[in-house]
Amino acid sequence: MASLVGSRVERKEDKRFLTGKGRYTSDINIANQTYAIFIRSPHARAKIKKIDTSKALKSSGVVDILTGEHIAQDKIGGLIAGWAIRSEDGSEMKCPANPPLAKDSVNFVGDPVAVVFAETLDEARAAAELVKIDYKVLKAVSNLGEAMNSEAIHDGIDKNLCYDWLLGDRQKVKEAFEKADKIIKLDINNNRLIPNAMEPRACVIDYNTASEEITCYTTSQNPHLSRLIMSAFGGVAPENKLRVVAPDVGGGFGSKINLYNEEIVCSWASKKIERPIKWVAERTESFLTDTHGRDHITHAELAVTNDGKFLGFKNETIANLGAYARVFGTVTPTYLFGPCATGVYIMPAAYSNVKAVYTNTAPVDAYRGAGRPEATYTIERIVDKAAMELGMDPIEIRMKNFPTEFPFKQTLVHQIDSGDYVAGLNKAKEMADYDGFAARKKESESKGKLRGIGVTSYFEACGIAPSPVVMMLGCGVGLWESAEVRFNPTGQVTVYTGSHSHGQSHQTTFAQIAADELGVPIENIDVVHGDTDKGTFGMGTYGSRSLTVGGIAIVNACKKIVNKGKRIAAKMLEASPDEVDFKNGEFVVAKSNKKKTIGEVAFASYLPGVRDEVKSPLPEGDEPGLIESSFFDPANFSFPAGSHICEVEIDPETGRVKLDKYTAVDDFGTIVNPLIVEGQVHGGLAQGIGQALYENAEYDDSGQLITASYMDYTMPRADDLPDFNLGFTCTKATTNPLGVKGCGEAGTIAATPTVMNAVINALGGKEISLPATAEKVWKACKEMKKSNAKVA
Amino acid sequence: MKTFNYHSAKDVKEASKLASSNSAFLAGGMTTIPSMKLGLASYKDIIDIKRIKKLSGIKVSGKTVTIGATTKHSEVASSKDIKKAIPSLAALAEGIGDPQVRNRGTIGGSIANNDPAADYPSACIALNATIHTNNRSIDAEKFFRGMFETCLKSTEVIEAIEFSIPEKSSYQKLPNPASRYAIIGVYVAKHKTGINVGVTGAKSCVYNDKDLAGALTKNFSSSAIDGVKISSSEMNSDIHASSDYRANMVKAFAKKAVDAC
Repeated sequence: MASLVGSRVERKEDKRFLTGKGRYTSDINIANQTYAIFIRSPHARAKIKKIDTSKALKSSGVVDILTGEHIAQDKIGGLIAGWAIRSEDGSEMKCPANPPLAKDSVNFVGDPVAVVFAETLDEARAAAELVKIDYKVLKAVSNLGEAMNSEAIHDGIDKNLCYDWLLGDRQKVKEAFEKADKIIKLDINNNRLIPNAMEPRACVIDYNTASEEITCYTTSQNPHLSRLIMSAFGGVAPENKLRVVAPDVGGGFGSKINLYNEEIVCSWASKKIERPIKWVAERTESFLTDTHGRDHITHAELAVTNDGKFLGFKNETIANLGAYARVFGTVTPTYLFGPCATGVYIMPAAYSNVKAVYTNTAPVDAYRGAGRPEATYTIERIVDKAAMELGMDPIEIRMKNFPTEFPFKQTLVHQIDSGDYVAGLNKAKEMADYDGFAARKKESESKGKLRGIGVTSYFEACGIAPSPVVMMLGCGVGLWESAEVRFNPTGQVTVYTGSHSHGQSHQTTFAQIAADELGVPIENIDVVHGDTDKGTFGMGTYGSRSLTVGGIAIVNACKKIVNKGKRIAAKMLEASPDEVDFKNGEFVVAKSNKKKTIGEVAFASYLPGVRDEVKSPLPEGDEPGLIESSFFDPANFSFPAGSHICEVEIDPETGRVKLDKYTAVDDFGTIVNPLIVEGQVHGGLAQGIGQALYENAEYDDSGQLITASYMDYTMPRADDLPDFNLGFTCTKATTNPLGVKGCGEAGTIAATPTVMNAVINALGGKEISLPATAEKVWKACKEMKKSNAKVA
Repeated sequence: MKTFNYHSAKDVKEASKLASSNSAFLAGGMTTIPSMKLGLASYKDIIDIKRIKKLSGIKVSGKTVTIGATTKHSEVASSKDIKKAIPSLAALAEGIGDPQVRNRGTIGGSIANNDPAADYPSACIALNATIHTNNRSIDAEKFFRGMFETCLKSTEVIEAIEFSIPEKSSYQKLPNPASRYAIIGVYVAKHKTGINVGVTGAKSCVYNDKDLAGALTKNFSSSAIDGVKISSSEMNSDIHASSDYRANMVKAFAKKAVDAC
């Protein structure tokens, strides 16, 4: 049987998704359900003086209206930050309380204040308009750069500062800078993004009055984690009385990691009103209340020698947390960002200093790439600036500072097990026809256009797991992953994974892995996930961890199945287990033609008796059945890497940027399914390009989100993008048996700096902020023309 | 969305009779329905005019192109007759919104709404359009009155828009990257009787830029535009484009349009 790992198996998911048969949370309806409408703060910052629900309660069809008072009375806990980060001075981070319904104060536009349950959605909406809330409006803090000098939003959190964190050695950096020939300085922003999953958040809650169990169907990337938080911190119900199901989920990109206010409130309320509840976000609610991404202001400095060697690096960043600290909110701008800020380079000394601040804006949390895109943007932009100031080629300066020996101890945290950065960049250079750029630039100029080329080399620390490491760094849980492999008596296999698929194609990729391990046709393998009642536990999907952590748990569980199968087969074949080999789904006794298929062994494992010729096949000490589970906790993160090159053409008359060519060469270690991996790269690139050229979440001074619809928030579209030219190199990960590294975030990490480097290259080095909109580029073109005229 | 009465009118007379100051005509619904869903608009009566056959269709004569009010953008974009008579008009329709919008949205809806960033109003100005309603015919220059404002009475139904076929013409637009409405759209048309430059997206309402038209009358080339000063004082300003940028883009896109004529 040919190996399925490495082949372009068509997705098992496609049929249901492409024919509209996916089953999403909002497709679920429970008999007798009520409909929830959340009443949200229209103000960015205000005190709640009074809530009057009396008129609304009498409105037609209203079942109940609950507020923060009820939450407090029932002692329902709030939302939490999952990682505890310490400041440079050793003090603990400062986090405000974040009750599921605000009781005393609201802190961003969209902060939920009350909820109406009614027989129909229209009745809930009508009643919501009758709830009268008196606010005392306060001056909002909506500007990141001014947050530390503004009035404190939360009591006891001075300067709105959550922490002032340091990673690295300031003294060593100082010494390195003293030796430098040149110091390159860069001030950049990393624009705020709204994740915009195609499926808005939703939950359907079914409280069973007999068993007292709450079932919460929800749009989550990690149902077990949601159950844990809802139980341990929300106090909604004990874990064994809570079932969280995340069925088909239409995209998450990090925004569905968090357990949100609505899930806690509806789960708690369903028990209170003894009715099922359905809530589905409207698109405006998604814009306002889904966790946002990025939003940094950074000052960076790179110390270099005249021949382009890097000596040291400083990264001073202010990161926006929004109004509250959420699950990955505090770790994204620290341990997911700081260590990666030195990039793929030998950097003798470095530090990252991050001040994370609260503002009256939506909470900011992990968004595809989480911290690593911000880090890569910082280093790759300053490396390009260094090349320009030193008069070097951008590829030459990168090559000069790449490590060539692995494992490579990266400056700040990571021990990178494997990689070949030189090979990746060489391949990208060739695929992109880098040497032909000058001719293409000339051609563009003959048409009155500007052309620029941009290069980025990146690595990322992903496969977010090693529990001992992440817990040491401040994580509140271990980040292993679990799997269970179940052979049915009749030979089909069910694989349960604790990670979740909301676009990642687990049903295909994981079935390929299990098919190879067990020698069972892929058609006979079902991958199940997303239901806390169906599997043991799971930490979910984020940080490109599903395959590198969850996939390996499946491999290990399969290996346990094979080991038990060997013992059973040996008994059946009257041989010793040592003599039995397993290959292509068959247990074979060495040097004989005696064999049993794994299906026969599975069947026998469920029939441990004596009848006619069938004699108990179970060896002494083995229990019946063929079901095994595994919890995998890798020894280290995994480190995908790559080099991307793109070209842009700019019309100086209008400032419009056309992305003309894009080449991506990535090293993801072993690739299980190239078709799916290419799709992941395409999607990631689209989002990274979106950040560079189009997407931008903007708040006005009063804290109103002025990009709260698709009329103003620009998503990248298919006709904005060129055909992507993809290539791969492969150095296998040494920390897992498949050699896989993860691929989900690479595109978003590399694309933003690649595109901006190209735009700024076209502008002759003139800096512009993210995103490179037509007007900004047009202004830069005009200034360029002026300064060129002066030179002439 | 608030509840409302839905009527499907069988002819223009019935549609007009059902109309009041608290009603809206529904054709493609590409603006009306989202506005109602977002709570920005609510009506007592919605009068659907899609079933009135006479309101839809394209007629081309020697001098004019007449398009029925409920004709969809996609129909204009793909009409062989329009492509031959006024190719720039078909191209304008092809550039509106996205395929879903073009398959539902109508020309009558677009001009009745008079969004300051809509494409069609600039065509009406540039192509000396006459807007035929159930009780009068109105020159385009008089039809568009201000932001989302026309001279239509609440019971008045647009039946057709009649465009003059120019000697040459072009519409060039800088689309809003998010909505794909026009940040700036410039429609240049050269008629035997004179030159029009319809500009949309720039100000609170579409207008005929007389300075640009004047310069082009003297010399129909893009270099003639270089000397024209365009003030930014009345220009729109938003997160996508400042008034200064818009003023400059009116010139840049007028030049593109002349070059493409």
